[in-house]
Amino acid sequence: MSRLGRIARRTFLLGSAAVAGGVAIGYWAWKRPVANPLPATLPEGAHAFTPYVVIDAGGVRVIAPRAEVGQGIASSLAALVAEEMDLDWPTVRIEHGPPSGAYYNGKVAAEGFPFAATDSGMLARGARGLGDAVAKFADLQITGGSTSVADAFDKMRQAGAAARAVLLSAAAEREGVPRSGLRTEAGAVILPDGRRVPYPALAELAAGRDIPLDAEPKAPRDWRLLGRPMQRHDIIAKSTGTARYAIDMDLPDMVFATVRTNPARGGLNGMDADAAAAMPGVLKIVPVDGGAGVIADNSWTAMQAANAIDFSWGPPPFPADSATMWEQVAASFTEDRRDSRLKDEGDLGAALAEGEIVEAEYRVPYLAHAPLEPMTAVARLADGRLDLWTGTQIPVFARDRAADRAGLDAGAVTLHVLPAGGSFGRRLEDDCIAQAVDLAMAMPGRPVKLTWSREEDMARDFPRPMAMARGRGAVSGGRVTGFDLSVAAQSVTASQMGRLGMPVAGPDVTIVAGAWDQPYAMPACRVTGYRVPEMVPVSSWRSVGASMNGFFHESFLDELIHAAGADPLEERLRLIDDPLSRKVLEAVGEMSGWAGPRPADGIGRGVAFTLSFGVPTAEIVEVRNTESGIAIDRVWVAAEVGRIIDPINFENQMQGGVVWGLGHAMNCELTFTEGRPDQNQLNLFEGMRIGQCPEIAVHGLENGDTVRGIGEPPVPPAAPALANAIFAATGQRIRDLPLWNAVDFA
Amino acid sequence: MIRLKVNGTPRTVTAPADMPLLWVLRDVLRLTGTKYGCGIGHCGACTVLIDGARANACLTTIGSLDGAEVTTIEGLGTPAAPHPVQAAWIDHQVAQCGYCQSGQIMAAMDLLAQRPDPTDQDIADFMWGNICRCGTYPRIRTAIRDAAARLRAETAE
Repeated sequence: MSRLGRIARRTFLLGSAAVAGGVAIGYWAWKRPVANPLPATLPEGAHAFTPYVVIDAGGVRVIAPRAEVGQGIASSLAALVAEEMDLDWPTVRIEHGPPSGAYYNGKVAAEGFPFAATDSGMLARGARGLGDAVAKFADLQITGGSTSVADAFDKMRQAGAAARAVLLSAAAEREGVPRSGLRTEAGAVILPDGRRVPYPALAELAAGRDIPLDAEPKAPRDWRLLGRPMQRHDIIAKSTGTARYAIDMDLPDMVFATVRTNPARGGLNGMDADAAAAMPGVLKIVPVDGGAGVIADNSWTAMQAANAIDFSWGPPPFPADSATMWEQVAASFTEDRRDSRLKDEGDLGAALAEGEIVEAEYRVPYLAHAPLEPMTAVARLADGRLDLWTGTQIPVFARDRAADRAGLDAGAVTLHVLPAGGSFGRRLEDDCIAQAVDLAMAMPGRPVKLTWSREEDMARDFPRPMAMARGRGAVSGGRVTGFDLSVAAQSVTASQMGRLGMPVAGPDVTIVAGAWDQPYAMPACRVTGYRVPEMVPVSSWRSVGASMNGFFHESFLDELIHAAGADPLEERLRLIDDPLSRKVLEAVGEMSGWAGPRPADGIGRGVAFTLSFGVPTAEIVEVRNTESGIAIDRVWVAAEVGRIIDPINFENQMQGGVVWGLGHAMNCELTFTEGRPDQNQLNLFEGMRIGQCPEIAVHGLENGDTVRGIGEPPVPPAAPALANAIFAATGQRIRDLPLWNAVDFA
Repeated sequence: MIRLKVNGTPRTVTAPADMPLLWVLRDVLRLTGTKYGCGIGHCGACTVLIDGARANACLTTIGSLDGAEVTTIEGLGTPAAPHPVQAAWIDHQVAQCGYCQSGQIMAAMDLLAQRPDPTDQDIADFMWGNICRCGTYPRIRTAIRDAAARLRAETAE
């Protein structure tokens, strides 16, 4: 049994049940180094220095073992190594590398523990350490939770420093000079007399040496690459149509396929595929779970034929329509469905008894990931070996499960991880990969490229859960004095980890993430999570629980502040008790000129703040009420990330996160009829268009001592800041997303 | 059999007349820079130029293109010698996932041909049909303005 299987039987360790279970792993084993997967893959003349650095005659290759889904992670990670080795940035080659437990993500499991990011107590720190151990032993090579840079920041800088150290030792020996007289620059060791010895000339000699485990990375003040604008390594390819995604794979003898499966996720009662099979160009029709795959001589023929199959589909395994689903959610605020109460501070009863009471209910819909490159995977089964090409955030899981499916050892499977045309969490699933394996098994010897249609991609997404929140709070003397928020949602963790074969114990922090862990010191504050039974299977969607709880928390807090007659920014600043978060809120206030003259009639500004993934993020949105609807004119956003690796990528990610948050808040939802999403195409799930996009001013703060990721944190405050701005401009308080059900957008 | 020019090269395509240009480009001619996103003309990922005007390749049947000149992203410039519009995209580091950017650039080509000095409203109106799920719109706007300046400078020379 694989190590994954053994860990899985212990159950994945999350929530309050985790700490007790985690001790069994043992500190000594946790500290033992993981075997380097690279040497077995290298040709003659190539040498691996740590799992991250390969040197061959062509120069230095850096392994960046996280999914490149647009967030620029390949370049950001490679830059950590390049800085320490003093590489010439444009000449660095970057690869994803093989799936391996060596590339476990020590930070992603820590997200599941019920400790706020602002909690630096011993128990919280210990639990985060346990997260690292869990990840290592479960071979958790995962891209997610905005953790990639945080996880790699020490590991990959140390790897670069260690590689540099052995190269320096080799140079000193070869040249007979003291090591202290050597320096490094642009991919070479510089000798005391000024001569350059490029790293490849030293690689063989250096390869025999022990890699030091204690090589000290540079102090940030000595950085030459990090912290400055750098050109992303994929930017030229992505601007010239030469980037290769899985959907662009072109292999000799390749055939083209698509699948059509029950859009209501029920079973398959039967199908009549005679007409489809008779279409010119159709090579084979293959049953897959809940439907059929069509293999043809081009993708269009495959899609046409799939649409020509007459399916008889079973009913959905969950409530069939949105109204019934909402009833299920609304019925979940009960003791037996209570999942967590991670925050319960002060005397709420007294606060409610003494103050003016405010009550409100909020709803957010299911949301699709809809990456613009639909689910795609290429599989080839030949000579007892399986090759896979796809974009995935879970390469070890995907490889091992593909091996099981094909009846092969994991060693007979090569997974080539490619950049993906977006993901937003969607590629944490391996459903499309499994189908590609099935199709390849039906067409042995030939590569099969499986491309989902957009309709399939929308119908068979694992969406962000729909959710409801009930707020009850009190204001008194112009201040917010009591805050009680109850949230009911399905468990993303249980749904998602369940599909990966890893049962989960304990409460699911994602139900309340972005609400219970906010650094406000209110006299009385309580946050309770209720678990809605599984309906549509759900998954991580950019910013996960905080994507809904940011809206709930910051909308309700805004209502309380207005009821108190206080200023939305001033009152938040008064309540906030984390110094890093305070500076972020102050920053957006200054950027926007919040304290200056009041905006003209019809113009409104809304503020929101969410601490998610350890990153305090504040946004102010300015809207204008026009004849054709609400126009979003400007956004100011600030976030605290410890260190900014690349200011350009930072700005791009921040702006993209704001657009993502605003666009989905404006007009996106998945509603269901007969178990199928009513929105099965992009014209029904638009998000923001360029003509609606505001000017977005970005500011990064670097006051903290922990490096954080920025892919997700800009998302949660966007929706509430927009709704709060609409309230300021129009007096209309909108409590349900998407907002366009209540207002038009210009 | 349909005869057309693709990126300046005469091509003869044998395909069903109702096959969309998108899939002829990708699966028959193996020019994969043009992307599939929705297949119904709503995302713009498949934008190409047909006789100089932008079009959704997913809605254009190959049978309608006899004698036409099709330009795809591969027909603009190369990584070593990018077209000025591509150079602007590179210098402003527009792309995140990059999947929509071929279509964005091709749409911008037509915009700049019609409006050498586009206003923000021109950009908003003309580029409306091109979705970017990553949200690179602010950088697309900047790159278009910069590309316009580069092209005007070229013309002035």
